[in-house]
Amino acid sequence: MNQDQQSDNALFKDHLKRLKSDRRNTIYWQLFIFVVFIILWETTSRLGWIDPLIFSSPYKVSTLLFSNLIDGSLWFHLRITLFETVAGFLVGTVSGIVLAFLLWYSRKFSDVLDPYLVVLNALPKVALGPIIIVALGPGYTSIIMMGAIISFIITALVVYGAFREVDPNYLKVLESFGATKWQCFREAVFPASFPAMISTFKVNVGLSWVGVIVGEFLVASKGLGYLIVYGFQVFNFTLVLYSLLVIAFFAAVMYQAVEKLEKKIIKKN
Amino acid sequence: MSFLQIKQISHYYFSRTNYTKALDNVSLSVDEGSFVSFLGPSGCGKTTLLSIVAGIIRPTHGSITLQQQDLLENDNEIGYMLQQDYLFPWRTILENTLIGPKIKQTQSSSTVERAKNMLIEMGLENVLNSYPSSLSGGMRQRAALVRTLLTDPSLLLLDEPFSALDFQTKLKLEDLVSTLLKKYNKTSILVTHDIGEAIAMSDKIYLMKANPGEIHQQFEVPIEVRNLTPFEARKHVKYQNLFDRIWEELNSLESRSAIR
Ligand SMILES: Nc1ncnc2c1ncn2[C@@H]1O[C@H](COP(=O)(O)OP(=O)(O)OP(=O)(O)O)[C@@H](O)[C@H]1O
Ligand SMILES: [Mg+2]
Repeated sequence: MNQDQQSDNALFKDHLKRLKSDRRNTIYWQLFIFVVFIILWETTSRLGWIDPLIFSSPYKVSTLLFSNLIDGSLWFHLRITLFETVAGFLVGTVSGIVLAFLLWYSRKFSDVLDPYLVVLNALPKVALGPIIIVALGPGYTSIIMMGAIISFIITALVVYGAFREVDPNYLKVLESFGATKWQCFREAVFPASFPAMISTFKVNVGLSWVGVIVGEFLVASKGLGYLIVYGFQVFNFTLVLYSLLVIAFFAAVMYQAVEKLEKKIIKKN
Repeated sequence: MSFLQIKQISHYYFSRTNYTKALDNVSLSVDEGSFVSFLGPSGCGKTTLLSIVAGIIRPTHGSITLQQQDLLENDNEIGYMLQQDYLFPWRTILENTLIGPKIKQTQSSSTVERAKNMLIEMGLENVLNSYPSSLSGGMRQRAALVRTLLTDPSLLLLDEPFSALDFQTKLKLEDLVSTLLKKYNKTSILVTHDIGEAIAMSDKIYLMKANPGEIHQQFEVPIEVRNLTPFEARKHVKYQNLFDRIWEELNSLESRSAIR
């Protein structure tokens, strides 16, 4: 019996060990691909197999990154874009959830609004860019609006769908105690839809980046999107690639942060 | 005057393409402190009738009075236990049972004490701060019962509260509920598919038929059976007699609806 258990434990330990070595192996492969990619990029660029004017090279990009890090201009542009993205994300998500609440609260309202929502949802939101910029003036506000509007409608529709899918029997329980519609929302509908809301957060983080970068393309004189457009105009593709890398890195960081938040909240429930 | 009076209730469900007549002209009255059961095939409108009495849906026709008052004016008196427990998964057991006072905004430290005591009385002292997902079906059902009783309703509506439980748990819970309701002198309406459960727990049984939902017949439970606990009642000879009568009646209902 005791021996049995011992061999079972040993088996389990073996299993853990295998898992760990599997993971390490995966990481090695990931690093390997990265290194090979960088080396290929650098050598082909130096040998002129790819046009160094367009594709730059890791060396040039990292030199630029380094000097910008030191003179503070990286932080200067990054700060602006990050702020706009986070603000756009928050405005879009929160107002989307508020609209979802209104749609849920009044059946009539949602019926009336339905065709408009369908059209607005189908419309590519970045096409509204020029109108937003003219209406709100070139500046932070319109760029934040770009980041927000791109996720606003889709958030409202997805979250409204989640609100409607809450088991009506939960509402019956509350109504049997004489709950008002607002109480039903607070006690059942909102908490039950939490997972759906968090998964819209993940989508919206990506969408806000799109909106903000496009907004900066259109008007900005600061920010990472501006750097891309500027680099494009003066044909400095090292600058373009450098901005792209910074965006990719921070977009991934934000996505990870939301995912962490999701895990934390789901675990709590 | 009776405690609860249901007067000529009819109810239709309308949809875009169709309508269902779920209840047709149902009238009955329930005395204070008594235990009444509705028995009938699936779809005969039992849940609909309970939801109407609970004030959650408004009947198409008819009215209901509770203690001579129109139902809509005092719906606070009613406790409704649904077909499943429907405990909120994001609240602990204690928080779940306190939802009634929270909605009615009557929560105080004494209600919390009372909730704790009732949960302990139900044998749930070890799971006060657990989440519903970690409880067995029987425990969850008991917690739901505490939630319903905590607001101290004068009328209790039970919609097949034991149907999802295994037989042993069900018998134990029947006894528990029965003694508890007698102790607090509650008026109760039970909906069930189970003839035995209806006889063992009630004073009076209404047999319903479907399409449209109507009261087909009513049975008085013999006084000897009434005074026993549900478990003991099942062994009584008069229990058997009544069981056979209801069984036959249900069968004849079924064959009649098959011919139609
Ligand atoms: N929300 C609804 N919309 C449309 N029709 C409904 C609705 N709820 C119930 N019905 C219909 O009304 C009739 C009675 O339903 P009800 O749920 O009251 O039956 P029941 O006796 O409780 O059945 P069961 O024993 O299966 O729980 C059925 O024909 C059902 O299809
Ligand atoms: Mg039912």
